[in-house]
Amino acid sequence: MTDIQFKVAKTVREAASLMAAAKGKGRILAGGTDLLVQMKAGMVTPGTIIDVKKIPEMVSITETKGSYRIGAATPAAVIGEHKKLRKAWPGVVEAINLIGSTQVQGRASAGGTLCNASPAADSVPALVAAGAIVTIQGPKTRRTVPVEKFNTGPGKTILKAGEIVVSLTLPARPKTSGDAYLRLIPRTEMDIAVVGVGVSLTMKGDTCVSARVGLGAVAPTVLLVEAAAKALTGSKLDAKALDAAANACSAACRPIDDKRGTIRYRTKIAGVLLRRATAIAADRAKGISRPAHSQQGH
Amino acid sequence: MSNPKYKWIGTRPDRPDGADKVTGRARFAADFNLAGQLIGKVLRSPHAHARIKSIDTSKALALPGVKAVVTSKDFPEQADLTVPAGEMQVNLRDVTRNIMAREKVLYEGHAVAAVAATTEAIAKQALSLIKVDYQILPHVIDVAEAMKPGAPVLHDHLMTEGAKPPATKPSNIAKRIEFAKGDTKAGFAKAEVIIERSFTTQAVHQGYIEPHAALASASEDGQVQIWSTTQGHFQVRGFCARLLNLETSQIRVTPSEIGGGFGGTTVVYLEPLAVRLSQKSGKPVKMTMSREDVFRASGPAPGGNVHVKIGAMKDGRIVAGECTVEMQAGAFPGSPVGPACMCSFACYDIDNVFIVGFDVVSNRPKVAAYRAPGAPISSFAVESTIDMLCQQLNMDPIDLRLKNAATKGTKTAYGVTFGVIGMVETLQAAKDSPHYKTPVKPGFARGVAAGFWFNVGADSSAAAHVGEDGTVTVISGNPDIGGSRASLALMAAEELGVDYDKIRPVIADTASIGFNFVTGGSRVTFATGLAVVNSVRDLIRDLKGRAAKTWGVDPEGVIWENGMAKPAGSNVGTFEPLTIAQLAATAGKTGGPINGHAQLNVTGAGPGFGVHVCDLAVDADTGIVTVGRYTAAQDVGTAIHPSYVEGQLQGGAVQGIGWALNEEYIYNAQGRLANPGFLDYRIPVASDLPMIETVLVEVPNPTHPYGVRGVGEVPIIPPLATVANAVARATGLRMLDLPLSPPKLSAALDAPRPLMAAE
Amino acid sequence: MAKIHVTTTINGAPTEFLCDPSQTLLDVLRDQLGLTGSKEGCGSGDCGACSVTVDGRLVCSCLVLAPETEGAKVETIEGMAKGDKLHPLQKKFVEMAALQCGICTPGFLIASRALLERNNNPTETEIRYWLAGNLCRCTGYDKIIHAVMQVAAEMRESAK
Repeated sequence: MTDIQFKVAKTVREAASLMAAAKGKGRILAGGTDLLVQMKAGMVTPGTIIDVKKIPEMVSITETKGSYRIGAATPAAVIGEHKKLRKAWPGVVEAINLIGSTQVQGRASAGGTLCNASPAADSVPALVAAGAIVTIQGPKTRRTVPVEKFNTGPGKTILKAGEIVVSLTLPARPKTSGDAYLRLIPRTEMDIAVVGVGVSLTMKGDTCVSARVGLGAVAPTVLLVEAAAKALTGSKLDAKALDAAANACSAACRPIDDKRGTIRYRTKIAGVLLRRATAIAADRAKGISRPAHSQQGH
Repeated sequence: MSNPKYKWIGTRPDRPDGADKVTGRARFAADFNLAGQLIGKVLRSPHAHARIKSIDTSKALALPGVKAVVTSKDFPEQADLTVPAGEMQVNLRDVTRNIMAREKVLYEGHAVAAVAATTEAIAKQALSLIKVDYQILPHVIDVAEAMKPGAPVLHDHLMTEGAKPPATKPSNIAKRIEFAKGDTKAGFAKAEVIIERSFTTQAVHQGYIEPHAALASASEDGQVQIWSTTQGHFQVRGFCARLLNLETSQIRVTPSEIGGGFGGTTVVYLEPLAVRLSQKSGKPVKMTMSREDVFRASGPAPGGNVHVKIGAMKDGRIVAGECTVEMQAGAFPGSPVGPACMCSFACYDIDNVFIVGFDVVSNRPKVAAYRAPGAPISSFAVESTIDMLCQQLNMDPIDLRLKNAATKGTKTAYGVTFGVIGMVETLQAAKDSPHYKTPVKPGFARGVAAGFWFNVGADSSAAAHVGEDGTVTVISGNPDIGGSRASLALMAAEELGVDYDKIRPVIADTASIGFNFVTGGSRVTFATGLAVVNSVRDLIRDLKGRAAKTWGVDPEGVIWENGMAKPAGSNVGTFEPLTIAQLAATAGKTGGPINGHAQLNVTGAGPGFGVHVCDLAVDADTGIVTVGRYTAAQDVGTAIHPSYVEGQLQGGAVQGIGWALNEEYIYNAQGRLANPGFLDYRIPVASDLPMIETVLVEVPNPTHPYGVRGVGEVPIIPPLATVANAVARATGLRMLDLPLSPPKLSAALDAPRPLMAAE
Repeated sequence: MAKIHVTTTINGAPTEFLCDPSQTLLDVLRDQLGLTGSKEGCGSGDCGACSVTVDGRLVCSCLVLAPETEGAKVETIEGMAKGDKLHPLQKKFVEMAALQCGICTPGFLIASRALLERNNNPTETEIRYWLAGNLCRCTGYDKIIHAVMQVAAEMRESAK
């Protein structure tokens, strides 16, 4: 039997050194909603489990001049209860609040989900659309990286030995901005996204002056779809622009056929959700509130 | 809505096991532990089909903490003998191979060895030390493929029973069955409209939330005790006795509370292994399945291919029906193709019917019963075809069904002539329901379908014991899966004329009450209810005798009224009535303890009919179906405890909705199950559904003193076609293959199709 | 494997236990502390039968490592009734037949209480989404949702 160690880190530096000392067998325990399932299935056998939830920086949300820093291990439920963040980044918060059930929300974190590196992760496309920055702590140094550069394949990240994710930073943005995240699942809850689309827009009157689009579950990693953003930017989000953006999303897809969806279906839905998410994001940018609980946007 | 004829029947008191179940006190199988128990684990096949060349367990046995290892060598060979298991039949030669593979593994998850060790971790490690040498064989998952010449044959001895002409070589077709009535050739010749289609459904799992679990303790003198989660502890006893060459009196099985079953826990998986491990180790052995084990290695319900042809006159009168059902049996023969065939057209009075069924093995886990086994599959096909007929003739779907509904005296294709049944009343009740009378909301469409189930009687025993204070314990032997304790207590209270809370219903172990057939087939409230009523009548006979003795009169001179013994008339004499409490207080002087008992083989189960109505919307861009309103109407005989009757209708309907929309066993190219968990085997969650409205139609069953009909099976039958029919009307697209999952529905919606005026 | 000593509070009672580093809270509750009211339906957070609260937060105890509960307050179904007095949700579930087999019931009760503590006026849709992580295969959810709505209404009435 392998000898598993359980360690509680009190600081980010301590967590990073514990990771380094574990020599590749360390696993960070944030919410544990992926790690425990993988351990039970025998997919991973950690040497050291490092609980980071006692590190204040990793479980808190702070605002600086309109920019929000979300501790990587902050439970999704806590993020959902943060009124100012919810108002500033409704799409990001909704996306994080779609990870699993209420019970899972009590534990799952945006950082953990990111490090689990599933291409279908809810939250990641919205973070990509938001232009979130990942802060990474190594044994000696800190570095930052745009969220879309973080995952390199299913289950794979750019983290080097001894590195951990500390926080995610959402940039400040103009008041006339809005974001939205939609995912398609067969049921209304409890499923892994078949496709997930995050859209973040800044409007000037009826014109979209900047846009970012994140697309999940259609390729080995969540994609930043620049062609879709380009199609939206400068347009009045008219039918032609939406067609072009939807087509760009479908064209960006490199999906697989599996138990959750087909190539044909994923490719089509990427475009459908782009249109719907864009409409919600645009409304929000214009100050029209749109409720949650219609993840497919219908 | 209490029943004016009765004081207790039709009321809704708290269930006797309510407090235990809301406080966590109720003990389910995995909640039982014994001092010094070992943990048992099963090694399962990673292959869909392979010959076992050898199994080396020596390293596992040598691991410190491992106390016993078993393989098929530890279980005696069984005769080719078919016995009932729940609503289905099983062959003992196959059962022993299903609990532990012998010559071959026949599906992924098939048990090949089991260990018992002091901890779960050691048991798991021991499994990894068992070396199995497999010769991998070609596998076949799909029924149509399995029936083709040249398909990999699972069993070299399997010759098609009932084949025409007789089979000359082994195949995967275990059986061919046929039912006929009238002359379908003539019927179709007369028909003005003929509709013919082929349908498929996929294997689905009962999805009970409690994984299988068993605790067994074998002692040196040959006695065995078992605690397990089962719908039939007498069947657990019977199977273990046969599979382990024990006498039934040596085995005592205590049923735990049971966390769902729906037919799936009427057979044995872990119990014989736990007993054998306990015998070999001399210690109690506890075994539980993981959720993955449950999906991979317990019996799901089959999928099937159904071909239907219906001929009708332009006025909607159906004049001929044909149906061919090819059904998955799993790795061993014994699919519910029989009931599937029999139920297919049973809702209707049709002069000419011809039905053929095939029982087909393939490299899947052996199927088990699931609520009305087989019926939802054939009914989906027939009810979809009837809906097409309604569309083509532009007739209201309830009106067309009313025109063809079976009634008293209708002879079914399988030979039975119906007695008093409620098909017409149920259709009428659905038509009169608030739901059906409300226009369909914009964006939604409405589907309707019906369903039929025989319901079951069979063997039941019951006893009624009077305590010293005159309160009564009613003892029966069927695990309470959905509130049957309450129903049995209500019938006992009504019969005895005492308050419901003076009756304590208890479910006894196999050594404490006579034999009972499984909880299944919707038989408990009907058949065991009848045994309870008869045991109470026996008790009343005893009580009247005690009163007679007290008064010094003939027993015939005593009547029983409102829970008291009274003189039958003034000629008997003038005596103050005697209550049960008074009779109990003097029991020692009048003959000792006062008990009643009954045992019987119950026949005369009243068939049940259901009619469901569903309003739903289809998102044309995504293929997502949203159920907006749902109503289940059913002939329930008499609703003993209406809340639990409604609960059966609601739960069954939702299982059927899941079957229609998203549930399915998905296999990969290697023949391995790709979705063995609740994440990707998608049973409906709370947010998927509206409230499920119910209409209880009471057409009493004349063969039962309180008119009881079974209610648990019927409600899972209509939803498959109800949903599909609503989707057809919402989209103009007739979906012939379940489930109607979003990718499949979306692909069909986007596919080029000819405009079909009728749809 | 070195055991970890954990000091925690379970249903208001100070509780100490020794556990393996990789043992779940559910395993400790059931196998070591005899609190078998929390059920294991899946072990992967997909069914909700093992729902408990940890420091007031609703979680699946199968997805919490036991050592994580050091210093925490854990509430399980066994602590829901106060003495011989059932919680209004427990009473209403029995009264309104919101259970059939009962295996999912402890999880539904713990989750429903967590909802009503946050929001005593939830819509039917809010209840359905809050409880989407609790699977019930017997009831079709109808009577469960009705019971929670009824308790919420009575809570609002008595709060007046």
